[in-house]
Parts: sequence; structure tokens; C-alpha cells
Amino acid sequence: MTDPDPDFARLKAALQAAPAPEAGARDAALAMAMAAFDQTAQSQDIRQGSRPGLRPTPDRPLRAGVMKGMKAMLATLNLKQILAATTSAAALAVGVFVMLPVGMDGALAPLAIPSAAVQPSAVAEAVPPSPAPKAAARGVTIEGTATMSVPDAMADATPNAWMRVEANVSAPVASAPHVANGLPEEDANLATTETTDAYANADANPSQITAETPVSTFSIDVDTASYAIIRSSLTRGQMPPPEAVRVEEMINYFPYDLPTPEDGAAPFRPTITVMQTPWNPGTRLVQIALQGRMPVVADRPALNLVFLIDTSGSMQDADKLPLLKQSLALMLGQLRPEDRVAIVAYAGSAGEVLAPTPASEAATILAALDRLDAGGSTAGAEGLALAYRIAEGMGGSGVSRILLATDGDFNVGISDPAELEAYVAAKRDRGVYLSVLGFGRGNLDDAVMQSLAQNGNGTAAYIDTLPEARKVLVDQLTGALFPIADDVKIQVEWNPAQVAEYRLIGYETRALAREDFNNDAVDAGEIAAGHQVTAIYEITAPGSDALLSDPLRYGAADATVAPDTMGPELGFLRLRYKAPGEQVSALIETPIVSGTPVTSEAGFAAAIAGMGQLLRGSVYLGDWGWDQAIDLGLAHRGDDPFGYRIEAVNLMRMAKALSD
Amino acid sequence: MLMDTPDETLAQDAAMGDRAAFSALIARHYDRIFRLCWRLTGTRDLAQDLAQDICASLPSRLHGWRGEARFTTWLYRVVVNAAHDARRRAATRARAGNGWGDWEVARQDQMAEDAAALDWLTHAMTRLPPELRDTVALVLGEDMTQAQAGAVLGLSEGTIAWRMSEVKKRLRAFAAEEATP
Repeated sequence: MTDPDPDFARLKAALQAAPAPEAGARDAALAMAMAAFDQTAQSQDIRQGSRPGLRPTPDRPLRAGVMKGMKAMLATLNLKQILAATTSAAALAVGVFVMLPVGMDGALAPLAIPSAAVQPSAVAEAVPPSPAPKAAARGVTIEGTATMSVPDAMADATPNAWMRVEANVSAPVASAPHVANGLPEEDANLATTETTDAYANADANPSQITAETPVSTFSIDVDTASYAIIRSSLTRGQMPPPEAVRVEEMINYFPYDLPTPEDGAAPFRPTITVMQTPWNPGTRLVQIALQGRMPVVADRPALNLVFLIDTSGSMQDADKLPLLKQSLALMLGQLRPEDRVAIVAYAGSAGEVLAPTPASEAATILAALDRLDAGGSTAGAEGLALAYRIAEGMGGSGVSRILLATDGDFNVGISDPAELEAYVAAKRDRGVYLSVLGFGRGNLDDAVMQSLAQNGNGTAAYIDTLPEARKVLVDQLTGALFPIADDVKIQVEWNPAQVAEYRLIGYETRALAREDFNNDAVDAGEIAAGHQVTAIYEITAPGSDALLSDPLRYGAADATVAPDTMGPELGFLRLRYKAPGEQVSALIETPIVSGTPVTSEAGFAAAIAGMGQLLRGSVYLGDWGWDQAIDLGLAHRGDDPFGYRIEAVNLMRMAKALSD
Repeated sequence: MLMDTPDETLAQDAAMGDRAAFSALIARHYDRIFRLCWRLTGTRDLAQDLAQDICASLPSRLHGWRGEARFTTWLYRVVVNAAHDARRRAATRARAGNGWGDWEVARQDQMAEDAAALDWLTHAMTRLPPELRDTVALVLGEDMTQAQAGAVLGLSEGTIAWRMSEVKKRLRAFAAEEATP
């Protein structure tokens, strides 16, 4: 770079005149490197030999005491993360885009997720012959090698020169470029390390032949954790591992403008849209969108909230306990005086931290939050039982819910996962629900999180930024915490005269057996006030060029159907749900017909379905790629008052850059 | 271990557990790591500490090495990321000691103090926001092309070009400020 600018040349000369390291510094560094090499090799040998336990202890540096309390959290949750995470248009306008730790060739960060979630194969099929007792994901997690992060010696070095001044100077000059690096604090460190996150997922639903399996049954899913995990990966400059991608959770992350249920009618209302498939001219998409009744905030019953907070040592990272405290403080502002809050900690500082306290005493609650300290071992506590005891004691007419906040350490007193699920399910039947809030990356046991929330009639949400905390805890406070319908199941019977093949996009972990639909004893997802759930099928008409399977030479399927008498219905939608606390389900039925206008809501949902399938490496998309997904997302951006949609489009752009 | 064994081969072998390859690799690159650390941090002490941390973390990081980029590009990226982390920790600690409001007051005082004490280079660098500083350290300090710096930072060439023109703009503003008493 030749430049006549004298200051530029001066800066260059000054920078190139780097001093030599002190004598001995080089040797010391090389010696440490070799020691680390030997240690790594040794632990590698151990891992490859006899696996010491299900969860190898991550070699995390002890950082206790460095970042504690609300103040440290305020310090770390600075403006840049908030702006970057909401992907404000301003951040883009200045042209300093997110600084990825990974280059365009993507070589830095091969995300080695050694763990995998294995599903019973039966759930991958729409109508498994064997009884699938629960829709819940029963992930068998196999955990792999542990994380080894950079020794944290820096924390002790006296910061000076422009390293220290960085802390001081960045704010005033920051208006534009400060937003550029939106990486979560400690996550950048993880970019090159392996993680032990375990994900619940199953193989993508295969295309089904209507003549063979005309009925598709699944439980609704209102979780959104998968989207937040994907966002966190992409913002860090890594493609998310395909098994972390659950398409339905991505679709359901976004608010859509759907017609609301009428007064006195069912608690939710289905909207069906049939549209051309963006990625295949020979097929159509059928979108089934459910809108829960909007909460009447003024009339809502009092809430009894018990926060069950993981305070194990690993929670001290800036994006865990500090972020959690900040999130809960945000939420407190939205509670009403008659709501009551209790706090139970497990691991670290175990026990009841705050007895049930009216939300009006905010200062007491905030002080209790501030007392929470991460640290210590994860000694098994009776945390969960204590939380349930307190929640049951709060009783009254209110809604009781436990919010379990953790980074994946579910050592809550019951060690057997199956026993834990059964326990949660039993408590659910007694009216105390459980939601799970996941924090941090690296040790997050997504499968267990999903499973607990599903058994507890709650939602599993992954919180990586403050805006996400706002979305989960504040914007949806009214919703996520007030169930309006339990055990919501969807069953679609396709009309073979109109639909030769169909494929449910997503909901792999939620498949139900056909006979489970009418069996009220089978658990399924819940819908809370204001919730929205969208399911998308890709359907292929008989005779279409896009059919994947050839018709049977000897098949009698066509003969059994008299197309003329079947009418133009594509299929028939049945929904079952129980009013909260009821044992007997109600049924909603409606035919699926084409011809409804295609809104930008449906268009955007299709774009996200495309995005999810691209991330999973779906075989059904043909040449359709990131460019088309981005165009589709932009075309259907709609109002987007909170910027959620444009954020998704920007994530697609990032994914495109990473996959090029 | 031959002197001319390519970095990529050594890295591959080291990742597979070859001790000699790893030793040769870090011996070859320590000075490079240290220099970039210095350009990113501005002091010898910090640069030494940071370089040592990076060296110690390389064995575990190399397990993620897949040979998809040039080794040096990968290494530069590791260094830049480590410097980011260190910087964040420093920033966090600086703020954690005080209340939010106190911190702002202290920051202003500190700035005035620092401004008097620092030499031209330090002053010029501290005037740049971290993103521009990293870019400068790579493009000017390491004499990289904009494309190479882009590969390290995971940014397009255009962004690097934009940043460098921004650096020029800020340097000019800085010079103008110095000229006016």
C-alpha cells in the first residue's frame, strides 16, 4: 500500500519496528507450549482409551471472582452486543460488518461437535408401527472430548498501553465501528475450541407417499432454542452443526401477523395457506399456522414464579449468570404487585435464596439476585425438589411455574435422566409447570433441556444476548407463562387424489404415532397465550414431474380412490387440545383447500424453512441456495417492528459467506 | 524435521500428535506471534504474556486444524482472537471495580492522564477503535495485502479497504488536532 500520507507512513514504520521479546520469554513460551502439548496428548490418550465418564470435565480455567455481580454484568453487556444482536440497520449502514473470527475460507473453526443426539428411529417416520409413548425427544447423548481453553493468565496481567486504554477510549469514538464486533464475550474464545454441546434431533422427515401413509401426526412445538443457537454460531463465524438445526423452532421464533381467535371460540385459531414452493416449481407448500388467543394482560391471574438457578462454577462466564441476572431484572419490571417470586439456587450456593416475595418488593428480589454467586463444585442438591415444594406452597389461585436457568448442568438432585423426566411430568400434572432457560455454550445439554421442558409443559429457550432475554422473558411474559391449551396435537390426512407425496418440514423430534392422536393419555406440546405455531408441508400433486417415487405397477391405490368424489380438498386438518387442567381433549377440524391469499407472513416462514433446510444440508432444495433464501426473506420482510426478520436475513448472508 | 517442511504439513503432523513437528512449528513462528501481539497490544510485557498464552493453547487448538487455510492465516486469526479476548477481559476488569457512573468519571480522568503520557504511536493507536487497530496491525504492521488481512479477520477486501481509508481519515484529524494548540 503506497501512500503519500506522512502520518500513514509514520504509523507503518512505527508498527513495523516491533521490539524483540525479552530474553527468556521465548524459551518460557515454547516450554509452556510443549508442556501443554504433552498434557493434551496425554488426555487424548485417556479419552481414546477408557472413557472415564459420560461427561469429561472440561479443562476450564478457574476464573472465579473476576467477574461478579450486577456491575460486572453491566460492564460486559455493553452497547455493541445489544446493537449487534438486534442487527440494527444503523450498524449495517456504517459498513463495518460483524467481525468474524473465521476467514472466508472458514478454515479456522471446524466446529467439532463430537457429540450427537441419537433418536429412536421410529420417530422419524410419520406413522411408526411401534407405540411412541411420548413426543418428547429422548436423545441418547454421547459426549466427546472436553474443551481446553486458553489459560487465563491475561486476567492477572496489569493492562496498560493501548490494551488498557481500549477500555477507556472505545466509547467516545465508538459510534460507528464499536458495533462491529458483536461476538458474545467468551464465545469468541470458543471459536477454535471444541464444545460438548449435545443436541436433540433426528433425521429429516422423508417424503411420504400418500397412498401408503395418508396420515401425518405430530405434536406442536413452541420452542425457539434452536434459532438462538444457530444465531450464536453464525455470529461467531461458524456454520451451526446440522444436528443443532430444528427447522420448526426456527420458523416459530418469528412473530407473524395471524388472525386471532374469536371470543368464545377455541383458544387458538388455525390459518392455512397454500403457496408455490420457492425451491421447487413442481410442488406446493401447505402452511398450518396456529394463533393462540391473545392474553388479556389486565385479567391475567397472579403468577408464582420460582427461579431455579444453576450456580455451578461454569456459570460465572459473562454470558451465563451475569446475563441471567440482568434478564431477570428486566423481567421484574413487567411483573405485577400480586405476583410472587422465589429463588432457589443449586450447585454453588445451594438452597433457598429468596423466600416467596411479592414482586412489589423489587429491591429485595434484586438484592437476592445479586447475592447469587457462581462457584464451587456441582454438589448434587435437592434443588428441583425444593423448587417444587416452594412452588406448591405458593399455591393459591395463581399460575405456578419453575424457571430453570442453567448452562447444561442438570445435577439437580435426581441423577437418572428418565427419572428426572418422570418427576417433572408428575409435577406437571399437579399444576406446576417447568420452563428451561439455557445459557452459554460449550456444555449445553440441549437434548435434556428439550426433554425437561416438554415433560414440564414449558418452553425451552436459549438466551445468548440481552435482546433475546427480552424477547423470551419480557415480550412473551404474558404468553409463555399462561397455558391456554395443553397437549396440542396436529393430524393431517392427505387426499391421495390431490396429493401424491408429502413431506413435513421439521418437527422431527415431535412425531407421534397415528393412534396417539386420539389417545388423551399421550402427552404433547402446550400453547400459551399469544403463542404462534407454524407447521409446513411440502406436497406434490399426482402426475407432477417433481414426484420422487414412481407409481406402483401393481398398486391398487388409485383404484380405491374415486378422484371425482373426493373434491378439491388437499387434505383434512384435525387438531386436538385440552383446556388447561382438563383430562379430555377437544377437537377442531377443518379442510385444507388452496386459494387462500399468500401473505408476506407465509412467504417469510417459507424463507426460514428454506434457511433451516440449507443449514441441515437438505436434499430437497435442488439448486435453490442462499441467494434465493435471502431474496425471499427480503421480499417478505413486512413491517418487522423489532428487526427479527432482517436479523434472520443477515444471518443468511453470513451463512452464505461461510459456505462459499 | 527439515527446515523447508511446509507449515501446513507440520501442523497436520502436530495435530496428529507428532511432538517434534509441534516443536518445530512453534519455534518457527514464535517471533511472528510475538510481533503481532505487540502490534495489537502495544507493550512488550503484554505481548509476551499473550504470546505465551497462545503458544500454550496451540496444542488444543490444533486439534481443530483441518488444513483448509494457510497455516499463517489461521495463526494470525488465533492471535487476533486471543488479543480480542484479552482486551475484553481487561475492559471488564477496568469497569468491574467501579459503579457504572463512577466508571465513566474515572474513564474521563484516566483519558486525560494517559493522553499526556503516551508517545505518538501509542496515542495514534489508542485513538483508533479496536477494529481499526487490528486492521492497521495486520496491513501496516505485518505488511499484508488487504485480501490477506481480510482472510485473517474474516472480512471482505472491501471492508478492509474501507477501514484503511477510515484510518487515514482519523490520522488526518488527529494531525490537525495536534497542529492546533
